[in-house]
Amino acid sequence: MTDISRRTFLKLGGAAAAGTVATVAVPGAAGAAENAEVGRVTLPYPHKVLAKGAELKVNVPVSFHYPDAASPCTLVKLGRPVPGGVGPDRDIVAYSSLCTHMGCPVTYDTATRTFRCPCHYSTFDAEMGGQMVCGQATEDLPRIVLKHDAKTDTVTAIAVEGLIYGRQANVL
Amino acid sequence: MSKGSDRIVLPPVNAQKTNMACHFCIVGCGYHVYKWPENEEGGRAPHQNALGLDFRKQLPPFAVTLTPAMTNVITDRDGKRYHIMVVPDKECVVNQGLSSTRGGKMASYMYQPEGLTKERLAYPKLYTGDQWLDTTWEKALAIYAGVHKAILDREGPDWIGFNCFDHGGAGGGFENTWGTGKLMFSAFQTPFVRIHNRPAYNSECHATRDMGIGELNNSYEDTEIADCIVSVGANQYETQTNYFLAHLLPNMQGATKEKKKQFFARNEPMPDARVVFIDPRRTPTITILETAVGKDRILHLELEPGTDIALFNGVFTYVVEQGWIDRDFIAKHTTGFDEAVRANRMSLEETSRITGVPVDKLKQFAEWAYKPKAPGFMKRTCHTYEKGIIWGNDNYLIQSALLDLVLATHNVGRRGTGCVRMGGHQEGYTRPPYPGKKMIYVDKEIIEGRGRTLTFWGCNSFQTTLNAEAYRNAVLRRSEIVKEALRKARGADTDGQVNAIVEAVMNKGGLFVTLIDLYPTMIMDAAHLALPAAHPGEMNLTSMNGERRLRLSEKFMDPPGVAKPDCLIAADIANTMKALYEKEGNKAMAARFSGFDWKTEEDAFNDGFRRAGQPGAGPIDSQGGPTGHLATYERLRKAGNNGVQLPIKEYKDGKLIGTPMLYTDNKFDTKDGKARFLPAPWPGLPQPVALQKQKYRFYINNGRLNEVWQTGYHNKYDPHVKDRYPMAIIELNPQDAKELGVVPGDIVEIYNDYGATYAMAYPDPAIKRNHAFMQFGWFNGIVGDVVTNWTDRNYVPYYKGTWANIRKVGGSDQFARTVSFKSRRYQT
Repeated sequence: MTDISRRTFLKLGGAAAAGTVATVAVPGAAGAAENAEVGRVTLPYPHKVLAKGAELKVNVPVSFHYPDAASPCTLVKLGRPVPGGVGPDRDIVAYSSLCTHMGCPVTYDTATRTFRCPCHYSTFDAEMGGQMVCGQATEDLPRIVLKHDAKTDTVTAIAVEGLIYGRQANVL
Repeated sequence: MSKGSDRIVLPPVNAQKTNMACHFCIVGCGYHVYKWPENEEGGRAPHQNALGLDFRKQLPPFAVTLTPAMTNVITDRDGKRYHIMVVPDKECVVNQGLSSTRGGKMASYMYQPEGLTKERLAYPKLYTGDQWLDTTWEKALAIYAGVHKAILDREGPDWIGFNCFDHGGAGGGFENTWGTGKLMFSAFQTPFVRIHNRPAYNSECHATRDMGIGELNNSYEDTEIADCIVSVGANQYETQTNYFLAHLLPNMQGATKEKKKQFFARNEPMPDARVVFIDPRRTPTITILETAVGKDRILHLELEPGTDIALFNGVFTYVVEQGWIDRDFIAKHTTGFDEAVRANRMSLEETSRITGVPVDKLKQFAEWAYKPKAPGFMKRTCHTYEKGIIWGNDNYLIQSALLDLVLATHNVGRRGTGCVRMGGHQEGYTRPPYPGKKMIYVDKEIIEGRGRTLTFWGCNSFQTTLNAEAYRNAVLRRSEIVKEALRKARGADTDGQVNAIVEAVMNKGGLFVTLIDLYPTMIMDAAHLALPAAHPGEMNLTSMNGERRLRLSEKFMDPPGVAKPDCLIAADIANTMKALYEKEGNKAMAARFSGFDWKTEEDAFNDGFRRAGQPGAGPIDSQGGPTGHLATYERLRKAGNNGVQLPIKEYKDGKLIGTPMLYTDNKFDTKDGKARFLPAPWPGLPQPVALQKQKYRFYINNGRLNEVWQTGYHNKYDPHVKDRYPMAIIELNPQDAKELGVVPGDIVEIYNDYGATYAMAYPDPAIKRNHAFMQFGWFNGIVGDVVTNWTDRNYVPYYKGTWANIRKVGGSDQFARTVSFKSRRYQT
């Protein structure tokens, strides 16, 4: 993986994401009174609509940013039920695209359905909850928690499990 | 899927900051430990946290290596709770800010009573009749000393057994090898001692030492400037990770040319670096390097298992014929060259027939590694080896054959060269000389019913010895004799219990077993007494890494419960023995157990490492040599994570000055100062191994996995590792798996004449037909069960010489649903 192709991937990914997603504030967060914040035990993750399930093609990754513009992520429909998968086929998953080890952008390999880090060669399994297959990270790839609404067929990001690289907390 | 944390607590600017060399592999990466009260935290702005980083925005790649696994909350003995954070040190020349997946979890592996380390031994325990009971140090020591004194008085020390660590890092260090060594060799004076992963008290590097060349003779920097790196039976990405990432890889990527200019002669050619891998297995290191730099500068010689000696002899013969040797160096600084040439002579055709490596590849190896770059410019070739040789056929002869080639081509003592073991643990050896007249195959003696006591000290040979099933059965059977005696000693006080144990071991074939360790390991099944030990961070501890770099890992928290550093446990035992002898007026024996008046681990360091070679100290075998005394804790604290490379030359201007490379003066560690060639004729496979190969289909290669350290004593409790490897894996060729009716995640039995064990099938097309690779040392699935009892002349096992059959015994829905079976080899 060269630097050029990595940049291209991100650039293309960013463009695709811009056309397909919109962000809405989570109820009770942005407009809430201060003392509601004090009572929280979870981070105030935004809800972000990512795609229509029917628009996703099997094994074609879609890039987006979540929970904010500085955090690149990848959404993929795998075509078979997997741990953490949503949608009618329980096959739609999403992960942070930053390797948990030192923050290099991971790339999705369609042949093996794994995310790979070109810096220190960690590999994460998209079909097994982001489990590290082998590598130098100490954490699996953070999972973007998704919700699928059967009525509208929309896939929405609602939270992140695992700490995104380079942050004290996932919400800046 | 473990649900990961989504935030961490930052250290405030005034957090305590101390040094820590990683406990685990030999590379010994430098880390910093931050510690601060639980109810305080740093802010996101750079001036508000001790890391000085701006967490108000997304940090760019490489800004930091900081994950939830690098944080924890610990409790000191006074009940106060603290946050800790253990992060890699960017200023450390070893790892340059990188962390491995093992070292990156040091914080997670510090004791927390409700965390993943909650199983730690925190209090002494005594097996009384039918269960483990917590007891006091006083009672535990009274039992231990009582039994050992009775045996010592009746028949001397010959059957007082120890199975002890000898290394650095966790479960080791100069303090602890000295404390245990002084107890075993000066006080008890027993020869009935075995080491670590081998059945006798021996080295893994006898041949190279006999040739006058210590096995850690260069710096990691030499890998950065080598023209060629020869890797024999080593898998650096997984087992010496940051040696690979920070030193080997940059050379292959061409990023070290400026550094080469500092060391190379004027007009010396600077070719792009190359690597030759000699290994029957396509390792993750090979696939990663091919992906990173392409295949053109990588040569993989996939030799038939056990044929390394033939390979080196063939190439040695060829290189001598071609004249790619340093005749001047050989004449002035070596002996035995002509004899080695005669003894090792083998044609490339014969070599190819034995090793299975084509002649043209053998020639390519010779050209890459040894053909001069230009007239007058020898190649700078750095040789690195590990378990493929150390656990190979046979240890002494392979090392001899390799070093013959290295010496002839003058690849020691010049920068960019060297012939070094890559290593497992860090090193940390300081002990009185071994008191035996010859080495003893202790495991065999135990199996045959000899030995009265056996203390497993930071050593788990149920998981990590050869012929392990027979060994385990014998220890368990003989331990049970003592357990039964303890059960029958109803109402007995300490003296009564001691008498019952002594009677059982002296007259009934029993074996009194003690475990001294961090965890209740598999040895607990056999033990009668368990004593809780400490590891780095809970004590001050010094070790040296694979380039002899000595560092002090500083204490920053208390050990759990009443656990203690091993050296202080040794002192407690000695002092208890001494008091017993004083009580009966036996001054001679009391004197033998004296000299353990240590209050701290620093006292043990000063008594051993710093007294070696000093007037009146008596003989001490120390990796610090006679200048070790220059290293004080205070000076090492100042030297930080870069420490000093042993041997220390001097202490000057407030700094310890060390030795980056040995033998630059061509004076070797022999009596006459000349390096010795050793004859190493090809012996074929040892008979017991050949018999297994003849009878059983699969070659069972075995070794470590990246994510697991040693026996997995911490990792087996860590969800990130145990969910990934709930059972030892065995990699198989997919076609072989199909023939066996095995799918990923199936449980298979591996069996031969020596035993049987089990593993989780993990097909991978990188594995050759009729070969398999099984994880070594994991807690469920013990490859040692099918390893023969054959050793080389110095009792070094041939773990790699294992053939067995494989059959499916079952499946596991859990494994299939929760474990990834994708290839562990990064490749594109």
